[in-house]
Amino acid sequence: MEIFGIPIQAMMGQLLIGLINGSFYALLSLGLAVIFGLLNIINFAHGAQYMLGAFGAYLLLNKLGLGYWWSLILVPILVGATGVIIERTMLSRLYKLDHLYGLLLTFGLALIIQGLFRNEYGSTGLPYSMPAQLQGGVNLGFMFLPIYRGWVIVASLIVCLATWFVIERTKLGGYLRAATENPQIVQAFGINVPRMITLTYGFGVALAALAGVMAAPIYQVSPQMGADLIIVVFAVVVIGGMGSIMGAIVTGFGLGLIEGLTKVFYPEASTTVIFIIMTIVLLIRPAGLFGTQK
Amino acid sequence: MMKRKLLCTLIAGMGLAAAGVAQAQISGNVVKIGVMNDMSGVYADIGGPGSVLAAKMAVEDYLKASKSQLKVEVVSADHQNKPDVGSSIARKWYDSDGVDMIIDVPTSSVGLAINQVSKEKGKAYINTGSATSDLTGKDCSPNTVHWLYDTWMLAHGTGSAVVKNGGDSWYFLTADYAFGHALERDTSEVVKASGGKVLGSVKVPLATQDFSSFLLQAQSSKAKIIGLANAGGDTINSIKQAAEFGITKGGQKLAGLLVFLPDVHGLGLATAQGLNVTESWYWDLNDASRAWTKRFVAANGGKYPSSDHAGVYAGVLHYLKAVDAAKTDDGSKVIAKMKELPTDDPLFGKGSIRADGRKIHPVYLFEVKKPSESKGPYDYYKLQQTIPADKAFRPIGEGNCPLVAKK
Repeated sequence: MEIFGIPIQAMMGQLLIGLINGSFYALLSLGLAVIFGLLNIINFAHGAQYMLGAFGAYLLLNKLGLGYWWSLILVPILVGATGVIIERTMLSRLYKLDHLYGLLLTFGLALIIQGLFRNEYGSTGLPYSMPAQLQGGVNLGFMFLPIYRGWVIVASLIVCLATWFVIERTKLGGYLRAATENPQIVQAFGINVPRMITLTYGFGVALAALAGVMAAPIYQVSPQMGADLIIVVFAVVVIGGMGSIMGAIVTGFGLGLIEGLTKVFYPEASTTVIFIIMTIVLLIRPAGLFGTQK
Repeated sequence: MMKRKLLCTLIAGMGLAAAGVAQAQISGNVVKIGVMNDMSGVYADIGGPGSVLAAKMAVEDYLKASKSQLKVEVVSADHQNKPDVGSSIARKWYDSDGVDMIIDVPTSSVGLAINQVSKEKGKAYINTGSATSDLTGKDCSPNTVHWLYDTWMLAHGTGSAVVKNGGDSWYFLTADYAFGHALERDTSEVVKASGGKVLGSVKVPLATQDFSSFLLQAQSSKAKIIGLANAGGDTINSIKQAAEFGITKGGQKLAGLLVFLPDVHGLGLATAQGLNVTESWYWDLNDASRAWTKRFVAANGGKYPSSDHAGVYAGVLHYLKAVDAAKTDDGSKVIAKMKELPTDDPLFGKGSIRADGRKIHPVYLFEVKKPSESKGPYDYYKLQQTIPADKAFRPIGEGNCPLVAKK
């Protein structure tokens, strides 16, 4: 059986790979959507924070001997803590200003962080080996699925859905959403809004770092690994609708699939297809697929 | 007495004037060398700041050894692997900054763009970083020397070695720009000429992160060899992910057509072992290259030189020699002088530059060592075969270079 001249087995493999890449898009765009939705900050440092996650894993392993599983817990906390510091010392001064200022600040931070790491570690990148438990793969009949890639899909789905649940379905999430709508009133109810905002930014950054740790064994751990990805992820967020949590998750996985298919039918366009979709979506629904016009 | 003094003064004055005239041949009284490459992207460890260091070492060594009176300055810029960025830097350098020669320029699309600008402006251009054999083929220029390597040489080095070992059916993963296309074309010719088959290819955009989709396509082609017509980070990610997806275990083999030492370093020997690599230079070739490497490493934060760095060093050395010999820094004249003088430097030994701009030297086929065979930092290659200078590069008559056809 064939679809457009591609055997169905090969097609299944390609779709699965698309889903794996979609997992990274979803994790990263989720963090961006949380930060934008609740802080109104366009966090251009997200790519650099993803890179910090990967380097964090590398450094923990090579300096302290702590393996992948430790990194998965420690690195998001550590990188999230740097996010808290950035929010407290810099971003918190910008909330009253135009979006542009937050964008410029975080973009500048990204360039500085990437530059420092390039200076120290070069651009080729460093190897990070897979945890022993997740090495090898299973033969699915239509393709050889490395266990690690399967793990990436599962872990990313769990994290994404848990985040969505907390923000959209729990009391804590309710406070958060209320605080973005009207901080004064929420504060009047005795809730420490600035602290909540700080922790939210820290959480968004931690999500980026988590994606970085998960990416380290697959890609090279290199200073510009985030810069290559961040533009695509921004397109994902724009297509999903700025600030929409579910939108970020669904478009993340969906665009991974579309990109995967492009790699089969017209590989030359695989890096541009997302931007073409973004243009079309912006023309037809300027608020994004899941966004609401404010 | 008075007369004699007058005469002396006059002669001295003439000497000065003559010297002045000679000086005037050096534009702005300073020979300005522009190192242009990828300072921050996927190819930054192959060239990058290391190339600037190599150029400065060459200037220092040349001035010390030759006692030349030249004033030499080295500037640098990042072309970001974009032809338009590279061209506009080159125009600014040539038109308003007084740059006399541009060197390095990896990324073939940018390499070809600078080739064009240098020819237009009559300036000197020594390319060490780009691979496309078109620089000495249909796009050859009287202002260009192609120093280090090219796609023809890589194809014939790695390609024919792989076919000889039984890898007779190929599928290409090709970087989608001038370099990848040229490398695929040149390797396909070698494969076919040696009795092999090319089953297909897929064009991958530069700096793609995930190659698994393309690797699966290569896998389903059932080709014995997956030829990687890409470079830098792209090659590293392809090799890494091919291991992950069980492609190498499934019996298919990878042929990295352009692999530099920093790439092997980034991959780690555990993943890179067994790869065939064709290079024009390696730090551990002989005493002279080891001595130079020692100095380079000390100034480069412990990172070892790539063959591109060696090419920049040797290229600058020969260029300055030619400037002194030609007594001018006029681009066309210096390049003509460079072709006329035999080359001789500590890294590449004795060689020559052909009329089409191709620098000729021996080329080495290496195999990447197993982790257990490596005895120290960057001890990665074992020599398999030395291809003599006259066999390593495309015969001058076959490149369709207009400079040669005229004769």
